[in-house]
Amino acid sequence: MATEILMPALSPTMEAGTLAKWLVKEGDEVSSGDIIAEIETDKATMEFEAVDEGTIGKILIAEGTEGVKVNTPIAVLLEEGESADDIDTSAAAPAPQASDDSGASEDSAPAPAQAKAPEAPRPDLSPDWPEGTETKKQTVREAINAAIAEEMRADATVFIMGEEVAEYEGAYKITQGLLDEFGSKRVIDTPITEHGFAGIGVGASWGGLRPIVEFMTWNFAMQAIDQIINSAAKTLYMSGGQMGSPIVFRGPNGAAARVGAQHSQDYAAWYAQVPGLKVVQPYSAADAKGLLKSAIRDPNPVVFLENEILYGKSFDVPVMDDFTIPFGKARIAREGSDVTIVSFGIGMTYALEAAEKLAEDGIDAEVIDLRTLRPMDHDTVIASVMKTNRCVTVEEGWPVASIGNHISAVLMERAFDYLDAPVINCTGKDVPMPYAANLEKLALTSTAEVLDAVRQVTYR
Amino acid sequence: MSTRKSAKKPNVSAEELKAYYRDMLLIRRFEEKAGQLYGMGLIGGFCHLYIGQEAVVVGLEAAAEEGDKRITTYRDHGHMLACGMDPKGVMAELTGREGGLSRGKGGSMHMFSTEKDFYGGHGIVGANVPLGAGLAFADKYLENDRVTFTYFGDGAANQGQVYETFNMAALWSLPVVFVIENNQYAMGTAQKRSTSTPDIYTRGEAFGIPGEAVDGMDVLAVKDAGDKAVAHCRAGKGPYILEIKTYRYRGHSMSDPAKYRTREEVQKMREEKDAIEHVRELLLSGKHATEDDLKAIDKEIKAIVNDAAEFSKDSPEPDAAELWTDIYADVAPQNA
Repeated sequence: MATEILMPALSPTMEAGTLAKWLVKEGDEVSSGDIIAEIETDKATMEFEAVDEGTIGKILIAEGTEGVKVNTPIAVLLEEGESADDIDTSAAAPAPQASDDSGASEDSAPAPAQAKAPEAPRPDLSPDWPEGTETKKQTVREAINAAIAEEMRADATVFIMGEEVAEYEGAYKITQGLLDEFGSKRVIDTPITEHGFAGIGVGASWGGLRPIVEFMTWNFAMQAIDQIINSAAKTLYMSGGQMGSPIVFRGPNGAAARVGAQHSQDYAAWYAQVPGLKVVQPYSAADAKGLLKSAIRDPNPVVFLENEILYGKSFDVPVMDDFTIPFGKARIAREGSDVTIVSFGIGMTYALEAAEKLAEDGIDAEVIDLRTLRPMDHDTVIASVMKTNRCVTVEEGWPVASIGNHISAVLMERAFDYLDAPVINCTGKDVPMPYAANLEKLALTSTAEVLDAVRQVTYR
Repeated sequence: MSTRKSAKKPNVSAEELKAYYRDMLLIRRFEEKAGQLYGMGLIGGFCHLYIGQEAVVVGLEAAAEEGDKRITTYRDHGHMLACGMDPKGVMAELTGREGGLSRGKGGSMHMFSTEKDFYGGHGIVGANVPLGAGLAFADKYLENDRVTFTYFGDGAANQGQVYETFNMAALWSLPVVFVIENNQYAMGTAQKRSTSTPDIYTRGEAFGIPGEAVDGMDVLAVKDAGDKAVAHCRAGKGPYILEIKTYRYRGHSMSDPAKYRTREEVQKMREEKDAIEHVRELLLSGKHATEDDLKAIDKEIKAIVNDAAEFSKDSPEPDAAELWTDIYADVAPQNA
């Protein structure tokens, strides 16, 4: 049967082109791969190859013709034994366009809720551990160490790799004792090659292991961010659900003290934006432990953002055989009725300190620790704001496209009628972190800023 | 088509040789069809064809055992077909349909098959190299004696993470075969304009990784080299580098203006070095197959490819609900 040769699409955006030149004439035999024409697209002049073998029976579009639409028949190819007389004149009629019924799917695709009434929040206010459970004081450092050790004891496929995690026992002493207990097969010192070992970690997670990749600090993970996002976060989706990446990336994040711009960045908002990742930024030791154990067991890639200043801080941690905290559940750190202060990670220090001072002035603040940034527990925040009608957010990261910005937007969509004042975001300043002690202090947010913000939204 | 002497005498059975012919032909015909469907607007975005390079994957697949893994970059259709993934599923992924291997959510550059130990299909040049070493890391950790073929191009060979990976793979004796598919052009940049050394495999020397150059237009030479590399890895001696000198007949992607090389250069390779013609001659001159045998194979392949094309057109677009699936391996988190 005679085959129509159609005007090809030669780039993702091409709709029509110029048939610049025919390199064959009627009667010529062609085989697959022979160049038969030159076609000018919006990008360049390109050679067009025959796909099938046969004889050029008829040329339908003369060379030099401009604006030839993609899929227009431009010639007819005859198979062995056919002659030009066999060509049906209908071959010259325009071919139907390639299937394009995408309109239907646009209509039925779930649209972001805008017009419908906001959903009522359903916060999960259950306690993190049963009442009456014994607790002990533990530093965040000890809690993280215990979480890793417990999970490594429970699952032989869990291992930890990173710079100085083994013999040095951790640049911040998080991995103390792990090499002794688990040996060098499971506690692995890497060379200083974040990009490479992050990729090896992701590959190992596809190969049946559960890696914990420690970044000495999250600042260095910028070298590896392609592997975290393009390889770890997106592969489950791109593979149609076949291949997930059960991996934890962890290490200290945000400003420490006097280490300058390249070592002092909070990545909360960066990673919280990425579908496919789960993102945790704990404040207390109990949260660090319970959430890290959940992270190691999670079938998805988890970004676990710790903080150097918090490592040495002590908190009550429940004495339980197997203590975990689920993702997507915020914690009400302090109950109150006049204003909601939302924070996470080290921001909680300012939030809680401010709440104490406000109490002295008769302002009763509710303080919410988000704990996980993706998934984020919007409901607990909304339910609180419906009660207090005012909200201040606190974080150390930069102000543009911050976590606070996101919460402000969520409150506008779902609790607009309950707000008695604009939401104020207390954030780090919009500058690289300076070194000088006084400037560094100015660059970070502070308890004083939180107090000011609360006084503004409460009009006091 | 001019004839040429094979660098290698066939040391494989007639059946094996016929299978190589068949597998290489499947890739070529499949890719030609993909090019055609692209021209008809049925395939969108980027589409990188493997035509010319078929002997590389077919030769190395012949050296692989059950359970060995493979991972590559974006010129990946050939690798998928060579390891036995369903041509229908591959083609339907190219057309972005429900019947695609990633249910239409991955596209040409992002397909996977855990069943066939094919780990993608990666769009970021060089990023699959540490990922492949990671798969090998897992195999070593689990002590299961498997090897990972990590394919990348001459262009990717200039990425920093490749050398980070060479270092760790050698340091930890990972069972990984680094396969540099040197088709001589990184997109449109000739190797001599982008790469300081003419022989890329020698770069492993700095890390103590043995390597060699292989004629990638000769499937038997590729298989021999693959056997040697695999034996090295399985013996616990660590990684091995194969720089396989090959050639792509088509453009880098579908929108390639072909200004960086001459038509004569391409034509000369096709006429003098074509890997499929080479095996065809071996089969015929060695009387391992008749013209009719080969015609029957051609016919079988044509039917497979046509079926794949029909399937890829008939399969519906993914349901709109697919937009929201497979983001997380467990239940979708609330509010995020």
